[in-house]
Amino acid sequence: MSAAGIAAQFAELALAVLLAPLLTGWVNQCRAWLQNKSAPGILQPYRVLAKLFQKEVILAHNASPLFRSAPYLIFGSLALSAAIVPTLGTDLPLNEAADAIALVGLLALARLFIALAAMDVGTAFGTLGARREMMVGFLAEPALLMVFFTASLISHSTSLSTIVAAIAHRELVIYPSMAFAGVAFVMVSLAENARIPIDNPATHLELTMIHEAMVLEYSGRHLALIEWAASLKLFVHMCIGLALFFPFGIAGGGDWLGLVLALPALAAKLAVGGAALALIEMLSAKMRIFRAPEFLGTAFLLAVLAMLVHVMLEG
Amino acid sequence: MPPGIGGLRLAPLPGAVPAWRASVDSDGLRRVCEAVAGSGGRLGALWASDERDRGAGFVLHAVLVAFEGLVCVDVRLDGETYADVSDIFPAAGRMQRAIADLMGLRAGMRDTRGWLRHGAWREDAFPLRRDVALDARLPAGDPRYAFVPVEGEGVHEIPVGPVHAGIIEPGHFRFSVVGERVLRLEERLGYTHKGVEKRFESLSLEEGARLAARVSGDSSVAFSWAYAMALETAAARKVPERALWLRALLLERERVANHLGDLGALGNDGGLAFGLAQFSRMKEHLLRNNAALFGHRYLMDRVVPGGVTVDLDAAGADSILAEADRLEDELRTLRDIYYDHAGLQDRCINCGRLTSRTAAALGVVGLAARASGHAIDARVFPGHAPYGELGPRLCSHRNGDVAARIVVRFEEAFESLDLQRKVLHTLPSTPTLVRLPEIAQRAFGIGWIEGWRGEVLVAVEADAGGRIRRCHPHDPSWQNWPALEHAVIGNIVPDFPLINKSFNLSYAGADL
Repeated sequence: MSAAGIAAQFAELALAVLLAPLLTGWVNQCRAWLQNKSAPGILQPYRVLAKLFQKEVILAHNASPLFRSAPYLIFGSLALSAAIVPTLGTDLPLNEAADAIALVGLLALARLFIALAAMDVGTAFGTLGARREMMVGFLAEPALLMVFFTASLISHSTSLSTIVAAIAHRELVIYPSMAFAGVAFVMVSLAENARIPIDNPATHLELTMIHEAMVLEYSGRHLALIEWAASLKLFVHMCIGLALFFPFGIAGGGDWLGLVLALPALAAKLAVGGAALALIEMLSAKMRIFRAPEFLGTAFLLAVLAMLVHVMLEG
Repeated sequence: MPPGIGGLRLAPLPGAVPAWRASVDSDGLRRVCEAVAGSGGRLGALWASDERDRGAGFVLHAVLVAFEGLVCVDVRLDGETYADVSDIFPAAGRMQRAIADLMGLRAGMRDTRGWLRHGAWREDAFPLRRDVALDARLPAGDPRYAFVPVEGEGVHEIPVGPVHAGIIEPGHFRFSVVGERVLRLEERLGYTHKGVEKRFESLSLEEGARLAARVSGDSSVAFSWAYAMALETAAARKVPERALWLRALLLERERVANHLGDLGALGNDGGLAFGLAQFSRMKEHLLRNNAALFGHRYLMDRVVPGGVTVDLDAAGADSILAEADRLEDELRTLRDIYYDHAGLQDRCINCGRLTSRTAAALGVVGLAARASGHAIDARVFPGHAPYGELGPRLCSHRNGDVAARIVVRFEEAFESLDLQRKVLHTLPSTPTLVRLPEIAQRAFGIGWIEGWRGEVLVAVEADAGGRIRRCHPHDPSWQNWPALEHAVIGNIVPDFPLINKSFNLSYAGADL
């Protein structure tokens, strides 16, 4: 553990928490542009958060402590998962504590709490959303794990730092397996982040919602934390994707200059990733909910294929 | 030629559409209904009026749509009950419940729940009776409502609305579901009841046109025209040719505007925001052109009894022609995108199917009927002026699903653009507005117009001094709302918004 490592760790955490809404704002801006609309300012998510933090919290009479504590738990676990993913440097103290499997676990923990909280108040929509979310979740998680395992096979480690270091700091090798894994990862990320074609983050139709249906009962600072956590989740997924498939520019251990240079590289990669996400969303329609298993089943299949390809071609 | 209905003396009404009027007793109503239903006719509208101040008790009015035209039947009631016709015409059920709420006349049907009342007034108060003042404050009643329960393993209810997550009209939908599959949907409407019919009674015939234009804002031209047609029938006066052709132009512009809006919204509900952006832009251009040419985006109050208040010069005609060419080009491109988009087609095909049989049994009208394979279009038949000369093409589809309703919208939008061109090429040069002669007390008139959603009916009876005695505006949503309940059965819950939007029925128009 070096001073640069500790600095990188704190910089990463602060960066994720503070800049996640910026990424959401950027994606929304790109979506608006692609629709020929004048876009909201890129800082709009911050304004929304500021507004929500100032608002009064309205709680249902039968809300249990779980309902009130869930936003903090969700935000906490997503912030922690953001700290595990190497975005600036690979020398992260936290990485020794948690590997890729723990990361999937942390994401699952956030999902568990949001689903429980949604059912807590007992409204029809909360239960509806929770049910759908768990369906998407139990299909998406194995596919995500398979993607990580493919990367682990290449680098012989489940630690994200080691994976990134192994892929980024070797001489250029093309891994066909990573192409399969990459497609699978994009599909899983779309589902996990409640994007089109699985869910529609912009919809006002309560009967079609997944993520939004679960948070309908939240207000004030609770809603702000959940919205912030949703931005963080998108940020984390985007960073995992960049770390696994485009790790170039992430600093190695003890490299101060690399750390400084990693920041603009990350910003550029996120900007491209956000624009690509907006493009994918604009080109597709939302699927019928019962197509989600097919969609995620395909993702799982591709991830498994990626492992097979690795064993056969790269082993 | 009047329809031959056994022993019924039909007096022709002197209007633009073929219509007859007859009086029967309470048993006679069922006979007439059976005869019309037997020959493939349907129920147009059903309402009641209070004639006690004239010593005639209550009168029930039914408009039946027979093959030959409209048959307006007046039923003089001895008491406060009449024969239930909802077994012949299922669409009558809700109309009968509304009559019970507003006028206190009961049809003896099994379903005695209120429809429009919602506890806003008591069960024994009837606001549409003439002895209740317009500004009377009625004590609140019992707002409870017994939805039909569905029982069984794993069945649960999802209540939706009347307050929704988006800013849309209020309606309550009670789903009984197993998992995501809908077993039953029950609609509860009436949240926008505002006493339109009562308000008509305090207006003059002339002022009534403004209220008629606002019964359902998206069908302003259709309602205005139907109201004007009703007064022109009552006055037995024809309007100048140019006025009729301009009315057709406005009606087709209203149709295109609504179809554009719906096509965009359908894309958006399918998750294709691109569609909404494009169609909204096209609709907005059309509305702005409306404002520039006719002085109102939604063309309210442009059609008035006696003609139209607007005219069109050569420059205006050119701008509409240029707009039609541009819209057609863009529509073709968007149609190809919609038809070729696998994701969108997957959402729409076989979703929310309304079979031809169900549509016929429920007496569905308008766009929804045409998408389920029924050749119903008041512009084609009876083809009143100027449509007889314009010769519109009837657009229909057999599948009755969301995709079919999208196809019919595209085809009708193209046809409407063509009709606009035809109107502009043949627009006769006559005055655009005449003064209607004074309309005698008790004179009755009816208007029947194919709005974008379906056939709009307006019936008016005049009172002394140019006042309205009774006016009943009837939106096609009355017939089509029950069809939505059937179209949803067996579909999954998240598909409901798309199915609902594909019908796009009016709340305000049916809640009155």
